[in-house]
Amino acid sequence: MTGLLDAQEVSVRYGSLAALDGVDLCVHDGQRHALIGPNGAGKSTLLDVLGGSTRPQRGTVRFAGRDIGRLGPAGRARRGINRIHQRPAVFATLTAAENVVVAALPRVIPRRRWWPAGRRRAAQQLAGPLLEQMGLTAVAAVPAGHLAHGQRRQLEIAMALAGRPRLLLLDEPAAGLSAVEVGRLVELLQALPRAVAVLLVEHRLDLVYALSDTVTVLRDGRTLAAGTPDEIRTSPLVRQAYADGVA
Amino acid sequence: MSGEVIRRARGAVAALVLVGLVVAPWVVDDYTTALLARTLALALVGVSVALLTGVAGMPTLGQTAPYAAGAYACAVVGSRVSDVGVVQLVVAAGAGALLAALIVPLVVHARGVIVLMITLAIGELVVVVLGRWRSVTGGTDGLAGVPAVRPFWGLPALASDQGRYLYALVVVATLVGAVLVLLRTRAGLVLRAGRDDETRLRASGHRVAVHLSGAHIAAGAIAGAAGSVLVVAQQYISPADFGFDTSALLLLGVVIGGTASVGGALVGAALVIAVRDWLFGVLPGHAPLVLGALFVATVYLLPTGVNRARSRLSEAAAPQPDPPAAQERATVGEVGR
Ligand SMILES: Nc1ncnc2c1ncn2[C@@H]1O[C@H](COP(=O)(O)OP(=O)(O)OP(=O)(O)O)[C@@H](O)[C@H]1O
Ligand SMILES: [Mg+2]
Repeated sequence: MTGLLDAQEVSVRYGSLAALDGVDLCVHDGQRHALIGPNGAGKSTLLDVLGGSTRPQRGTVRFAGRDIGRLGPAGRARRGINRIHQRPAVFATLTAAENVVVAALPRVIPRRRWWPAGRRRAAQQLAGPLLEQMGLTAVAAVPAGHLAHGQRRQLEIAMALAGRPRLLLLDEPAAGLSAVEVGRLVELLQALPRAVAVLLVEHRLDLVYALSDTVTVLRDGRTLAAGTPDEIRTSPLVRQAYADGVA
Repeated sequence: MSGEVIRRARGAVAALVLVGLVVAPWVVDDYTTALLARTLALALVGVSVALLTGVAGMPTLGQTAPYAAGAYACAVVGSRVSDVGVVQLVVAAGAGALLAALIVPLVVHARGVIVLMITLAIGELVVVVLGRWRSVTGGTDGLAGVPAVRPFWGLPALASDQGRYLYALVVVATLVGAVLVLLRTRAGLVLRAGRDDETRLRASGHRVAVHLSGAHIAAGAIAGAAGSVLVVAQQYISPADFGFDTSALLLLGVVIGGTASVGGALVGAALVIAVRDWLFGVLPGHAPLVLGALFVATVYLLPTGVNRARSRLSEAAAPQPDPPAAQERATVGEVGR
């Protein structure tokens, strides 16, 4: 069965280290798919491959029925794959609102609009609803470089959403967030329209179980198990892997 | 708000400077007027350097290349085809843009010091070509006796230094205004974003190479237009106008002014050129030495320019964002539970 995103036999080597070794991953339309595994399992590397910033030595990636292996990050974002990075990446000298506007430009704001941020008000109109969802309204006019870590992460999520994604790649979105911020994030992800599929890398298993309908477990660059959250929770193999991986 | 006050004050200063520049030719002698006109041309090249170095994040030592292309194109057209200023400007800007477009493949994928080295080499290459291609450029003698420009069809030719200076001032002010407007469009926003984080920009679907190429060509057009202003101001050009010392001075001026600011670039470039011209008078032969020392001092003391130094000071007063790494790792331990 083919899905929205279909990665097959993906392998990435760094020198003698196999970061990914023949991984298959399929994300269906509207699916909430979690990717878990111990440190160094290859989760971020897999997101890099799917997002186009790392070229795998082997394997294919198809999105919406097309081979996108030759597209870079920009081309994939234009087709609807948006991501946030494990270390929040924002435009430090631009205001929070401008950050969202820049992220929205390629897919959302028609070319004729030359002045999206020419005036503060226009930018805030565009970015306002998203910033509000992320609880960033008060800092809309603050340069992103001045924001606290958690706020920067939330800003990057707002930016990813601003691109109107069909597939959202989230690399540890809850890391570094306060309890309140995590609550808001969970709410936001649960409220996402079903037209958006999510691939979530997250270490906090409570969030994984709350947010996902499918879980894939990676370890040492290989798929260890895949299934529903319940299956994964009770799998002795997975418990064993985690015990080894974190000890 | 204090930001509003600063903006007002800056506007007032800019207006005062502009008024000063307009009345200047009636206050100073003809020689100084001609010198000022030439400084205006160089300040405009400085703006194109700032556009690349500060806004687009491509530090350059090679803007003398499109500057020279524009100047020679203007001189040739001015001598042989048309004495209309608008025509010369368009031709010069086109020549600068064309040369910049040819250079694009060399610089668009390079970064930082590599760009500096490539652009330096291109600038030097252009000077060599200017010296050798005698039939068009007049070789090391240069091109002299370019007829006085008439700004527009039907207007009289500008016979006086004052007239040519005012022409230079109008052209430079108009183009600087255009750059300031451009920076407020989506193009300017995306350029600044790319300087902050190219990877993020790509991940949002922007074609970074296309943006950078566009910025490079636009900066080439501005430098080319500045070349035309130089021809009008001097009525004479030679390869010596486009040497390495000019590129280095411009970069120095832009760094002093704070690379990301157009106003800073104007002030910085004008300041450095003025200092050089003044030093030539009082310390014949030692000007390069003094400027070299100034360069080292600037880079050492103000690695990010006056503007950044100021914002850094205000940043120090503001609360610091917390370091990300510690928090990020804090959640990792929860995996095992
Ligand atoms: N650019 C690189 N060069 C060399 N090795 C790399 C590179 N990127 C990742 N690796 C290695 O590949 C392996 C997988 O890394 P990856 O970042 O994908 O793991 P992860 O599952 O995201 O881990 P974490 O939970 O710590 O984020 C690790 O051993 C890492 O050291
Ligand atoms: Mg990771």
